[in-house]
Amino acid sequence: MRIKADTSVCIGAGMCALTVPSVFDQSEDDGTVRLLTADPPAEQEAAVRRALTLCPSGAISADT
Amino acid sequence: MSDQTLPLQRDTPFGPPDKLYDLRDEGHIHPMTYADGHQGWLVTGYAAARAVLSDPRFSNRPERLHPPIPQRAELSEGVKEGAIKLPPGFFIRMDAPEHTRYRKLLAGQFTVRRMKALEPRIEEITAGCLEKMAAGDRPADLVEDFALPIPSLVICELLGVPYEDRDNFHADSRVLTRLEVKKDDVMAAVGRLSMFMYELIQRKRDEPGDDLLSGLVAGGELTDEELTGVAFLLLVAGHETTANMLALGTFALLTHPEQLAKLRDDPAVAENAVEELLRYLTIIHIGPVRAALADVELDGRLIREGDSVTISLPVVNRDPERFDDPDALDLTRHAGTHLAFGHGIHQCLGQQLARAEMRIAYPALLRRFPGLELAVPAQEVPMRTDMSIYGVHRLPVTW
Repeated sequence: MRIKADTSVCIGAGMCALTVPSVFDQSEDDGTVRLLTADPPAEQEAAVRRALTLCPSGAISADT
Repeated sequence: MSDQTLPLQRDTPFGPPDKLYDLRDEGHIHPMTYADGHQGWLVTGYAAARAVLSDPRFSNRPERLHPPIPQRAELSEGVKEGAIKLPPGFFIRMDAPEHTRYRKLLAGQFTVRRMKALEPRIEEITAGCLEKMAAGDRPADLVEDFALPIPSLVICELLGVPYEDRDNFHADSRVLTRLEVKKDDVMAAVGRLSMFMYELIQRKRDEPGDDLLSGLVAGGELTDEELTGVAFLLLVAGHETTANMLALGTFALLTHPEQLAKLRDDPAVAENAVEELLRYLTIIHIGPVRAALADVELDGRLIREGDSVTISLPVVNRDPERFDDPDALDLTRHAGTHLAFGHGIHQCLGQQLARAEMRIAYPALLRRFPGLELAVPAQEVPMRTDMSIYGVHRLPVTW
């Protein structure tokens, strides 16, 4: 799984950082998504998928 | 032509109107007649609600929206005629990209990490309210002693608003959330709150503090008029919503004792419990409403440019296609995908703060008063069916 983040559409709701804090963080400046890793370990994939569903702005996506 | 209007009459304290259940069972989206005669739509399905709320072809600008209920028709007309003007900086009623600038300026202040850092202070504030309640008379009103002061104290401290002034802004925000309200009363309340905030912004300029509004003033990106609108919005949204979740949530728990016991006895349940209470109670009583900026096909229906679409979040969050056994309160279910905070670019800015407040306050209340019970029969609790944010007007409790 490879994750992409688009900070131009991100509204900083924080759902990704809340759901998988080891993969997603938020900018202190404007709250937008910061990827801590683009290749999460396999055991995090289910949680990452949950974060993708929860994201209100479609700012994060995965290629698999 | 449809003669379906927006059902408002709640038949049970926690569920959406029964009529909405009937509609939910018939389909996801329904023709609806608005208070001004407009033929628009009503969404009762979860997937359709998410689709509308995340689609930039739907606008949230007030002058485009038709009033879903007669109580708001006069206000809606006032907005369309320009008699009622929203304060600059009232970004909840803007579309992208205008909205984006404000949202990005503020989102950094409400991150998961910042809200986590506030938790010790929320715990102190909660403990203070509970001690005061314990020392007071029985029965107590849980709204007055617990549900309203906790989020009010927290948002005042975060923004840098003097809590001593709460009687004024509590009264004015009650006017603004009432369904049946005269245009003149709304304009007067907006005027008073704007003046209060404008003066506060001036004071922050002269004597900055270590608070969010001082930070925004120092940042220099917003005019004083914009800052006034932003501060107004954050203050009202910051206490009305969580206050109603805390009181209505406690009422729901007191009438579901086996669920209450789970939350009281197992700290690990709190996180899930908050999501489930948000889903089950969904306190946004009316709307959100959006207006189509283009023809959009939704769930096999053609929404025409200009059509208003009202989403009933309480019934959307009880969509059996999304949640198993949706009418059961089950604090251990995974309810995290609920739309109680909305969806799309306007999803609640303060949601991580609200979560922290609820995660702390519910268990603290139940542990401080293990014998907490209603002091009146459940059917005598006065429900906020007359307000845009649902909940209870008072919750008499004893212990």
